[in-house]
Amino acid sequence: MKRWAFQSIVAAVILSVCASAWAGKILLINGAGATFPYPIYSKWFSEYAKLNNSVNFNYQSIGSGGGIRQITAQTVDFGATDGPMNDEQMQKAPAPILHVPTVLGGVVPIYSLPEVSEKLNFTQAALAGIFLGKISTWNHPEIAKANPGVALPNKPIVVVHRSDGSGTTFVWTDFLSSVSAEWKAKVGKSTSVNWPVGLGGKGNEGVAGLVKQTPYAIGYTELGYATNNKIPYSKVQNRAGEFVDCTAQTISSAAASAKMPKDFRVSIVNAAGQDAYPISSFTWLLVYREQTDRVKGEEIMKFLHWMLKDGQRYSEPLGYAPLPPDVARMVEESLDQIKLP
Amino acid sequence: MGFALSILAIVLGFVGTLLWNSRFALHKFGWSFLWGQTWDPVAEIFGALPFVYGTLVTSAVGLLIAVPLGLGTAIFLAELAPPRLSESLSFLVELLAAIPSVIYGLVGVFVVVPWVRTAVGPTLSAVLGWFPLFQGTPYGVGLLTAGIILAAMIVPFITTVSREVLLAVPRSQREAALAMGATHWETVWTAILPYARSGIVGSIFLALARALGETMAVTMVVGNRPEIKASLLEPGYTMAAVLANEFTEATSDLYLHALVEIGLVLFGVTFLVNGIARLMLFKMGHGQELRA
Amino acid sequence: MTGAMAWRRRAVNIGAFGLTALFAVVTVSVLFFLLGYIGWHGFRGINLDFFLRLPKPVGESGGGMANAIVGTVKLLALASMIGVPIGFFGGIYLSEFGHGPLGFWIRYATDLLNGIPSIVVGIFAYTLVVLPMRQFSTLAGGIALGIMMIPIAVRSTEEFLRLVPSSVREASLALGVREWKTILFVVIPAAVRGLLTGILLDLARVAGETAPLLFTAFNNRVWSHGWLEPTASLPVMIFTYAISPYEDWHRQAWASALVLMFLVLAVNGGTRLLLPRRRTGAG
Repeated sequence: MKRWAFQSIVAAVILSVCASAWAGKILLINGAGATFPYPIYSKWFSEYAKLNNSVNFNYQSIGSGGGIRQITAQTVDFGATDGPMNDEQMQKAPAPILHVPTVLGGVVPIYSLPEVSEKLNFTQAALAGIFLGKISTWNHPEIAKANPGVALPNKPIVVVHRSDGSGTTFVWTDFLSSVSAEWKAKVGKSTSVNWPVGLGGKGNEGVAGLVKQTPYAIGYTELGYATNNKIPYSKVQNRAGEFVDCTAQTISSAAASAKMPKDFRVSIVNAAGQDAYPISSFTWLLVYREQTDRVKGEEIMKFLHWMLKDGQRYSEPLGYAPLPPDVARMVEESLDQIKLP
Repeated sequence: MGFALSILAIVLGFVGTLLWNSRFALHKFGWSFLWGQTWDPVAEIFGALPFVYGTLVTSAVGLLIAVPLGLGTAIFLAELAPPRLSESLSFLVELLAAIPSVIYGLVGVFVVVPWVRTAVGPTLSAVLGWFPLFQGTPYGVGLLTAGIILAAMIVPFITTVSREVLLAVPRSQREAALAMGATHWETVWTAILPYARSGIVGSIFLALARALGETMAVTMVVGNRPEIKASLLEPGYTMAAVLANEFTEATSDLYLHALVEIGLVLFGVTFLVNGIARLMLFKMGHGQELRA
Repeated sequence: MTGAMAWRRRAVNIGAFGLTALFAVVTVSVLFFLLGYIGWHGFRGINLDFFLRLPKPVGESGGGMANAIVGTVKLLALASMIGVPIGFFGGIYLSEFGHGPLGFWIRYATDLLNGIPSIVVGIFAYTLVVLPMRQFSTLAGGIALGIMMIPIAVRSTEEFLRLVPSSVREASLALGVREWKTILFVVIPAAVRGLLTGILLDLARVAGETAPLLFTAFNNRVWSHGWLEPTASLPVMIFTYAISPYEDWHRQAWASALVLMFLVLAVNGGTRLLLPRRRTGAG
């Protein structure tokens, strides 16, 4: 009886291992990085797998910092980030890396205020003040003056930020640096920074989860995470002084004013334009210009072409904006730079 | 035997890898790494003190709860409970140790965090708010929450080992005290516990070593904030948690090396604490037999 | 006067022991609370899809963890291929020959290895396996878990071999049987049940390890083929799903917690039945 139990456990282990080895060989391409575009990437890879069942893409949202680190260490086939790599990082990489813009997204301030049902407005000064720790209660005049008629509670603000290296953080701190000189001097912009206040959550998922579960919290996530989880998010004051809601439209109009450089590393925070959403960004896939594996390289190329044409239509339902047509064309041309062995 | 030697090789490999991969940070910061308070990846200034502090405080809170609970349970099991009940109860306690730490974290996120935010935290700051340890807004996540979860995880270590130590106390000790007319409790307090002292202390150090290195459950509830605050209700960070969060994501070499150096510090501290535990248990004459 | 003293002493006696009983109840009820809570939430979340399907794209509900279940099994199989032989032969060495200074150092190294925080084991495997191979893989995860298995395998092997009475050894040696044959054909068979139990318990312990897998086995939303691709595993899935904001992911996290806990507790309970007389106190 007892021996039987052991034997059956051993047999089960051997069987399942063999079974997984026998299953047909499918090429697996591994990528890791930004959590900001994770919802659309996982949608893309799942749709793409339906069209082409000889290849699977595995994407892990470990944060943009992780994407940059792991592509540099060559432990993944492609990386992803929403903060473009800086010159120093480009130099550290063992070979030239290409930034491929995929979609546009917006970062929204999300909050959890049990008593308030209206959508809040935040001035640029209010957001900088809150994240610097200078505005510490919800009924502070800087918040109140942008929200006439809203009964803001006299409760301490719980700031939530990312604990991992994050492109969302890059976009957010890029925005705060561009609107607040104090922020720029004290904290700066990067995928991870030394936060003046707040709790850390891991990934966009982690921040959304933490804000949702903590009353009187404020945090920032990519738009899709807020809408998907029905977490309230605010309008943000843009450069023209308007309070703008984050939608595919307003993100696109932020991109409209940007001048795209050849290497696609561009920042579009606090863009000019009446209805430009101020905390918008491109998000990029990172691939080596010289691929080392012919089969994988070909598949990555095929996917990138598909993504630029058919993939773009999945963006709006998930809270992203498609690439402007001229940018898409530029990207398409740039893909020719990728060399296969 | 080659296999036996490979164990030695693995341990040496550990020390070597950790030292080699933290060389930039070791070189740049020297000893000041240990008491630097800033963790700023933008400016590349790295100090480990907030993580060391968080690790020590969460472990201390864990021990503060777990020692009375674990030792009390051990005394009950060794002295009062009939042998069969004692056997089955200690089996149940051992099961508590078998539950994976990520499951403790899961329960922590969905049960303990809301509980601390709505019940424990407000009560503590209302009653003991004059004391800096209990001031501030309870977020739910924080040092106290991590400590509570750690306590549940390490109680079994204290109970199981202490129970075996107590059972191993020679009869003569007990009989001598009883013959003097001591009550059962006085016997336990004056004769048995002092005799078993180093074994019990050993069990506590074993538990401490486990608490210091615990990663997942703590990462999920500690709040991930590298700052030293007086209050237990504030969020903090531990050495193991910062590794879990930032290790795959460190973008510069120095950043990565600073993280590995934290791993090195953690290795050193648990090494020390484990050593003390072994020594204590060895003094009881059970260095080999007692299971950790 | 003495009457009051005696009364006081008796009260302290009763009070103190009452307190210890209360503590025992609290400790054990923590276990029952965990079992009940996870059982309740996990049971509601579990369905056939959970065992048979792959994860769905982010934010869509449904899907399952088939790949994580197979991933965990593969990781454990690989871990035992590394941890068991080293632990087993190391244990034999210590129990049969480990009396000299080398034995002391190996025993010491084993204790050290046991005390190394699991996250540090992950860093070790990342630098030694993932970076040179340029690939997160089942192999790297299995190695990390294998290293974690070694110390317990060593200790349980040593313990159980020591339980074999020396008269058995001496009888065999007296018959002129060589030492290694005695160990292989006499001592080990006498302890085989204990040895297997030790290995199973060891497996149950590492089955729930998450930290060493985060940067070795990594994670995978689809099937992982062979040993050189990243793989999903139940503990890592619980971690990523638990801290996410999606209700459906929370449901699946509870379900996986139930499955994992059931596995671990079943092994612990089962070995208890196989070895009804646990060694109490001394070995």
